[in-house]
Amino acid sequence: MSESPIDIVGQEYRAGFVTDVASDTLPPGLSEAVVRHISAKKREPAWMADWRLAAYGKWRAMTPPDWAHVRFPPIDFEAISYYSAPKSLADAPTSLDEVDPELLRTYEKLGIPLHEREALAGVVKAPNVAVDAVFDSVSIATTFKDKLAEAGVIFCPISEAVHSHPELVRKYLGSVVPQQDNFYAALNSAVFSDGSFVYVPEGVRCPMELSTYFRINERNTGQFERTLIIADAGAYVSYLEGCTAPMRDENQLHAAVVELVALDNAEIKYSTVQNWYPGDAEGKGGIYNFVTKRGACLGANSKISWTQVETGSAITWKYPSVVLRGAGSVGEFHSVALTNNHQQADTGTKMIHLGPGTRSTIISKGISAGQSQNSYRGLVRTSPAAKGARNYTQCDSLLLGDACGAHTFPYIENKSPTATIEHEATTSKVSDDQLFLCQQRGIDPEKAISMIVNGFCKDVFRELPMEFAVEAGKLLEVSLEGAVG
Amino acid sequence: MSLLEVDGLYASVNGEPILKDLSLRVEAGEIHAIMGPNGSGKSTLANVLAGRPGYEVTAGQVSFNDTALVDVAPEARAQAGLFLAFQYPVEIPGVSNMEFLKAAWDSHLAAQGAQPESAVGFMKRARALATSLGLNPEFLKRGVNEGFSGGEKKRNEILQLLLLEPKLAVLDETDSGLDIDALQTVAAGVNRFRSADNGVLLITHYQRLLNHIVPDRVHVLNEGCIVASGDKHLAEKLEAEGYAWLSG
Repeated sequence: MSESPIDIVGQEYRAGFVTDVASDTLPPGLSEAVVRHISAKKREPAWMADWRLAAYGKWRAMTPPDWAHVRFPPIDFEAISYYSAPKSLADAPTSLDEVDPELLRTYEKLGIPLHEREALAGVVKAPNVAVDAVFDSVSIATTFKDKLAEAGVIFCPISEAVHSHPELVRKYLGSVVPQQDNFYAALNSAVFSDGSFVYVPEGVRCPMELSTYFRINERNTGQFERTLIIADAGAYVSYLEGCTAPMRDENQLHAAVVELVALDNAEIKYSTVQNWYPGDAEGKGGIYNFVTKRGACLGANSKISWTQVETGSAITWKYPSVVLRGAGSVGEFHSVALTNNHQQADTGTKMIHLGPGTRSTIISKGISAGQSQNSYRGLVRTSPAAKGARNYTQCDSLLLGDACGAHTFPYIENKSPTATIEHEATTSKVSDDQLFLCQQRGIDPEKAISMIVNGFCKDVFRELPMEFAVEAGKLLEVSLEGAVG
Repeated sequence: MSLLEVDGLYASVNGEPILKDLSLRVEAGEIHAIMGPNGSGKSTLANVLAGRPGYEVTAGQVSFNDTALVDVAPEARAQAGLFLAFQYPVEIPGVSNMEFLKAAWDSHLAAQGAQPESAVGFMKRARALATSLGLNPEFLKRGVNEGFSGGEKKRNEILQLLLLEPKLAVLDETDSGLDIDALQTVAAGVNRFRSADNGVLLITHYQRLLNHIVPDRVHVLNEGCIVASGDKHLAEKLEAEGYAWLSG
């Protein structure tokens, strides 16, 4: 079965190929003119252009955050190109037949069931996943659109939603992550190119998993996708996100924004398997993954859960969060973050309890190998109105070898006297005795490490949709190669 | 050809010489008991045979099934049929016992160029074995040795022995810390394992295990070499007189 985007992981970074397609790329640098150009390219209405320009103005006045436990030379934001579209799409294809065959072959290589008919014909069991693929900055194709439309679910590139559902986009865009939220969110708001838009109407349970697959291809380009998911009252949707990039010697910037909105009794489950190129064994190249992800549980008894398996990127700076506004709403964060070689990750979550009876759970599993640095940073905040709020945090670190680091930065700001907040943390090492037990039973050390690490991550993998869970296990195995002996 | 041949073996742990000119031969179908006081090198011998990192052979030869063992990776020795039952089995949290056993068995089959056994068939076999060793099959779902009692850990070692069907089983003080019920179960497991085709090296401090498993040969280890060998009556002498006569 090859319906999962990360089915392609092989012995090394197998997704590291470059696709040779003619592309339409803006010269490096950012200015008001560039922002206008991006907006014009997309034939956006004036309100959208104004929104971008407002964000650009705010961004100009901001400085990059420096509090994360990561080290890298300053980024030259004038050296990045802020828009790249595969040329064959400049004339907006109306069907897959018009898509550059080279692009389609790329997706085939990556195992994405882009070809709707093929997938539906079901040579293997037809995957119950609809895919929106974003290549560099542009959404290439969205599959299963018709089947989703029957259920009333809107799943399309956000650039399309701006035209087809402006009332929804205007109402919710920036409502969860304000433009000035942080430096990278402001940048994204100014130059975001594409991403997915999902709206699940009242009382509808989305009939299939929705999935977006992101890939950075072009050299010296940043990717700034924007995702907006709205689950109306009583709706349910499960959304998967997968990412890869070619191997390049220089670093590439990825600054996405994801906003989730859950109304009364709605539930959104958002799963990410992130496998951006992490750089080579010496720490050269790789993606800077500076992403803002936040969900708002606006409605009573709504629920948002983030599940992430992060093995890629040279540097990760990412805190998928939930604002628990509705009474009795629930936020969850389940994370596996693996770093090897010279990777650095500063990742965690924020659970902001505003409504009464709100509950949140944080399960974080950090695995460090090589010379990598892996930090968990989490905030649990309760407001005076969050009567009887509950949080449970469990934060476990696993170390492989002596040269890596694991760090935990938990912040608790409790203003609700009736709240219950629990925090547990452990740090352990894969011991020589564990390895030898496995070897003595005939299991080679690499397989043994992978088994031990998978066991460590079990609580999180359980939260992933089935096919992703299997792939996530394989991905860990590949990412840990060379981590032993 | 002997199953196991140890010739003039010298071995060090962390640079300290422990085994000094040790020689031993185990034929298929035999059970050998290695006895001796604490610190005589019994566990070192077990670990050297299994190829544990940190145990360095400085001189001498070890061959197993006619193959020189020094420099062979521990997993390759295991796949070739050399099994070590641990004195202190370590826990692997989160990895289910069943998953671990299946991975171990698959590695043995792969080394023989055989197809992996079906998960269903293997699980059936493992459950039946567990039950026969007085273990609730539910324990196969728990993490490897995770939260097991001392007795459960040792029964689990015997379960692995019976599942993997090695050619040579080295039991490193498997009897230590066991109550009489667990001891009898472990002994019954070893007796069930023994056949004309395989051998057992039974490392023990006490004679009591040998009431349940009758050895063909008994060796007394002192200060890193074998100082006396005999039949099962040697063990009885040790039980009666202790180890004090060794230093006399």
